[in-house]
Amino acid sequence: MPEPILDIRGLDAHYGDFQALYGLNLTLAPGEVLAIIGSNGAGKTTLLRSISGLMSNGAAQIRYRGTPIGALRADQVASLGIALVPEGRQLFPSLSVEENLLIGGRVKRAGPWSLSKVYELFPILQDRRHQASTSLSGGQQQMVAIGRALMANPDLILFDEISLGLAPIIIRDIYAALPGIVGGGMSAVIVEQDISKALSVSSRVYCLQEGRVSLEGDSATVSRDDISRAYFGIA
Amino acid sequence: MDWVNAVIQGALLGGLYALFAAGLSLIFGVMRLVNIAHGDLIVMAAYLGLTTSVALGVHPLLALVLVIPMMAAIGYVLQRGILNHTLGDDLLPPLLVTFGLSVIIQNVLLEGYSADPQKMNGGALETASVSVGSLSLGLLPILTFVVAVGVIAGLQWMFYHTALGRSFRAVSDNQDIAQLMGLNKRHIFGLAMALALAVTAIGGIFLGIRTSFDPSIGGGRLIFGFEAVIIGGLGNLWGTLAGGVILGVAQTVGAKIDPGWQILAGHIVFLLILAVRPNGLFPRVSA
Repeated sequence: MPEPILDIRGLDAHYGDFQALYGLNLTLAPGEVLAIIGSNGAGKTTLLRSISGLMSNGAAQIRYRGTPIGALRADQVASLGIALVPEGRQLFPSLSVEENLLIGGRVKRAGPWSLSKVYELFPILQDRRHQASTSLSGGQQQMVAIGRALMANPDLILFDEISLGLAPIIIRDIYAALPGIVGGGMSAVIVEQDISKALSVSSRVYCLQEGRVSLEGDSATVSRDDISRAYFGIA
Repeated sequence: MDWVNAVIQGALLGGLYALFAAGLSLIFGVMRLVNIAHGDLIVMAAYLGLTTSVALGVHPLLALVLVIPMMAAIGYVLQRGILNHTLGDDLLPPLLVTFGLSVIIQNVLLEGYSADPQKMNGGALETASVSVGSLSLGLLPILTFVVAVGVIAGLQWMFYHTALGRSFRAVSDNQDIAQLMGLNKRHIFGLAMALALAVTAIGGIFLGIRTSFDPSIGGGRLIFGFEAVIIGGLGNLWGTLAGGVILGVAQTVGAKIDPGWQILAGHIVFLLILAVRPNGLFPRVSA
């Protein structure tokens, strides 16, 4: 296995007195797509918040290309090439669709993604580019959120529950776009409630349970029974 | 004709109030910071203008070339050094800290310049006037108003048509997500305060040419600025200009009725508008 792009060792995360992650270990190879599943409160979002710098952790607990980034701020992490598509889209309501995308490109990293590339991926956004981002449907907003992350030309992109609250047909469209996104060698971590969706787009899967990794395996070969056990904690 | 005159003079005075208010509006809009020291910073800008124009022997308006960058630098350092540390979920710490700052600035000015009223020498500009029909309008109030309109238009353009304005709006919408876009909110806040105090510099110098000032008048300027912002509606810069004009007109019309009513009339109109339209006349549409 080549040197991992992301190497997490013994990651602890706390919200005040509450501990959300307990000594979590995780590795991600360059170009790999990793799925993270687990029930509500298992620590999935906390893990993404920690990687992206929205939560501060021990510096050496998270290494990106060998550099400790656990204690960096989110804007510093972003400029290193890690982008997050946050849960619930979280677009900027006072910015238009195009402005939301432009601000994603603020870190000015070189790469294949640009305004026109994003419009190529999601043509509907071009028609709506001057509208307020909040006037779009949920699925279109999710496209903006994904486009906004891509505009940074990240080497590692984190997806947090991108299918949450969307109609199945929209989810299908968005997942259909994913290979085009990660196919260019970008690494990805996908947090997802929909297990079959998560397994279908990833090469490896981690299951979290109460802040710990309860299962790690190949997405193609992992058995449903193992997942059930890891998911619900049935011994 | 006297009443028309009072209304027009009041509207022009509103330009000065809009200059006081624009900085407050900007800071509150970007970082939800209520700056109690804003009035004292206006007075400080007036003193900086006085010192600069006397030391270099230049017209106070020319002193703006130096005072604007000075105030902007002070704003950036103040924000990064002190005010950023007070920002959080609680609105109280920034209120307390800027209140303390207000006391400190007043006393430093008192030590440095004494309590004697000072005035900047605007030369011929102070008395020059133009005749419009039977009205005689002072050139300085007209210039103040035009500059205020220009400043508001410039800020508005900056907010909606530049990358910096986009960053301001993004940070204002959602600080966490803005950080994910690579925006360092501490730096953005510093830039917002720098810009606000640059506008404050303009307001302070026009104040100092128009009337005499001493270290204790900051509180009154703060109130006028606040009232203009609230009348116009929070987060709406053109509304802030309208608020300044309404306040100015109320004051001059009040003074026309009875000279003792000038300030009171402004406050009463403010309270009336607050009672009828608690969000101001032109609140920003998207919450």
